Amino acid sequence: MLQVPHREKANGAAGKDTKAVILPLFDVAGHPIIWHCLTAIAKVPSIQEVCMIGYYDESVFKDFIKEAATEFPNLPIKYLREYQALGTAGGLYHFRDAILKGRPERIFVLNSDVCCSFPLNEMAKLFDDKDAEAVILGTRVSQEAATNFGCIVSDQHSRRVLHYVEKPESQISNLINCGVYLFSVDAIFPSIRTAIKRRTDRPRLVSYPSSENLESSFMADEDEERKNEVIRLEQDILSDLADSKQFFVHETKDFWRQIKTAGSAVPANALYLQQAQQTGSRELAKPSLNIISPVFIHPSAQVDPTAKLGPNVSIGPRAVIGAGARVKESIVLEDAEIKHDACVLYSIVGWNSRIGAWARVEGTPTPVTSHSTSVVKNGVKVQSITILGKECGVGDEVRDVANEVIM
Amino acid sequence: MKALILVGGFGTRLRPLTLTMPKPLVEFANKPMILHQIEALAAVGVTDVVLAVNYRPEIMERVLKEYEDQLGLKIHFSLEPEPLGTAGPLKLAEEILAKDNSPFFVLNSDVTCEFPFKQLVEFHKAHGDEGTIVVTKVEEPSKYGVVVHKPNHPSRIDRFVEKPVEFVGNRINAGLYILNPSVLSRIEKNRPTSIEQETFPAVVRDGQLHSFDLEGFWMDVGQPKDFLTGTCLYLSSLAKKNPKLLVSPTESYVYGGNVMVDETAKIGKNCRIGPNVVIGKNCIIGDGVRLQRCTVLPGSKIKDHAWIKSTIVGWNSTVGKWARLENVTVLGDDVTIGDEIYVNGGSILPHKSIKANVDIPAIIM
Repeated sequence: MLQVPHREKANGAAGKDTKAVILPLFDVAGHPIIWHCLTAIAKVPSIQEVCMIGYYDESVFKDFIKEAATEFPNLPIKYLREYQALGTAGGLYHFRDAILKGRPERIFVLNSDVCCSFPLNEMAKLFDDKDAEAVILGTRVSQEAATNFGCIVSDQHSRRVLHYVEKPESQISNLINCGVYLFSVDAIFPSIRTAIKRRTDRPRLVSYPSSENLESSFMADEDEERKNEVIRLEQDILSDLADSKQFFVHETKDFWRQIKTAGSAVPANALYLQQAQQTGSRELAKPSLNIISPVFIHPSAQVDPTAKLGPNVSIGPRAVIGAGARVKESIVLEDAEIKHDACVLYSIVGWNSRIGAWARVEGTPTPVTSHSTSVVKNGVKVQSITILGKECGVGDEVRDVANEVIM
Repeated sequence: MKALILVGGFGTRLRPLTLTMPKPLVEFANKPMILHQIEALAAVGVTDVVLAVNYRPEIMERVLKEYEDQLGLKIHFSLEPEPLGTAGPLKLAEEILAKDNSPFFVLNSDVTCEFPFKQLVEFHKAHGDEGTIVVTKVEEPSKYGVVVHKPNHPSRIDRFVEKPVEFVGNRINAGLYILNPSVLSRIEKNRPTSIEQETFPAVVRDGQLHSFDLEGFWMDVGQPKDFLTGTCLYLSSLAKKNPKLLVSPTESYVYGGNVMVDETAKIGKNCRIGPNVVIGKNCIIGDGVRLQRCTVLPGSKIKDHAWIKSTIVGWNSTVGKWARLENVTVLGDDVTIGDEIYVNGGSILPHKSIKANVDIPAIIM
């Protein structure tokens, strides 16, 4: 018996470019980002319930949950709202009664801000094979990129996690945490309880105290500290699990990306569309002279037959694409309109936005292997994707200043 | 009558166009630049035109030979053994310019205007002095050499003031002159001499130089930016004086007027072209193309949905679908711009293929 709490990133992480955007509900490859998690979850037969934990108002997910209930009738979904930021582990612990209802033995924990193939069945198999207490999904990235993530040191042969460190200063391993876990309930909840106790007993030290910095060596964020309830899974739990538990890593060779900003929705869109193409999804538009696969076109969208789309393009509900328009590596959201002969590259066109005739909206491509969504342009680090927010307009023949976030 | 056109050197300011084509043959409004001048000279009865050059490309001689019969005049090439300035070439061509003792024209080859040579000759003969220079009114005289008249005389020149700080007048030398052969005796043989700085001041001292006010537009089209501006001025002038040479504004694709299209060019569906566009011989314009303030030189192809503004597309070039060219972009001969490529102020050298955006003005070799 398994349950899957589904943690939504609270405010902050989404950043200013998602002001009007509920990032988990942002459509990539024709579906909200968390829909792709649900699709993967639905493929694990033993999962009986999904709990979404988040900081957003309940009403935000009402429609989504209703829709999901139709699409996945055998997968009950409930939303558990955090009223203060608790941290992933803190949230799990806070809602432990709701999560443990039905007495599951194991729970999957998925961060909704990642985009990957979610090989949950493979993780479950490793869990069984190793008689594990915890399994983490890992992926290899470049040495330089690794220090931006949680780094996993594992035994190559047994795949046991030997050491875990979040965003290390030095390079320690290029196997990183994908933000997807499978825990035995008998291991995870006691671990969180221990962490809470440790926190209450003594404040966390950020560095080893010496006579010079004794005063300043305590955790900097005292407000957060006082609550004592923020327990971060990564920093507070994983490293202990590596020390004391049967903790293993499943290394995925598939795609993986973090979706921190709306800008990273463009590479996520590309990756999910490519996955859909490889698995022969019928949702995708048929390739033709003017459709370069993969392309998703919502059935209610109007696309002129002379417009050229793709690769890696999603066209949202009721969007209108005019004659001779060109859209490539982009997401066009609901009710947006792109007029004739306009050109949209590496961009997100927001809800109800209008792109004029012969206009050009262009972001900068990021390399497939890059885990960053910013590029250095004229010596300045800028967002690589051009995002037009809700109800934006780009006039006829205008070239949109690339790499700007316009909300 | 006779005329001398100061052609000069390699036209470096008009690169990359002049890397493969001598500047006088670069088409301005679908006609070699120098032909605009030669035709205007032929129209007032000039029988001998001397082209003062410091190199002799074969192609130029060959092309211009064809026009000799057509226009009923003789084109002489006068090759300077070494650069002789703006006056030296006159002395070098003395034999032709001085014959029959009638006045002769001197033109800078980069200048475009309405060439009012008939009125110029009449004016020159009426005052009876040695020389007349054409002057044009400018808004910012401080950038040029300004002509100052004698007090109480409308045309006799008193002096020239180079880049005046204080306002002394707003008429500048337009680079077109009519001179009596006697001026030739003021120029030394085989010494580089400036007509503006040495010869004219000498004529002025004798009270023998007059100015003639140019009506209408004037532009030195020696560099791409001015070539485009000059094209706008020329097309606007045609719209008033000879609109038959332009595409009718009632044509569906014409937008804002001033559009000149060679009869052999093909225009696709749903295009929006203009204002101020010239499309040359055998050009092919695709569907949904947007062109404004640009010249497309012969044999080029603009593919569907491209957007081009303030650009000179060189001969036999191809611009890809959904490409966007702007901000004084100049393509040399046989350049290919890939689909969806953006070029901002790029000078693209001949035979180059562009596959990545040019975001910042640059010379692409």
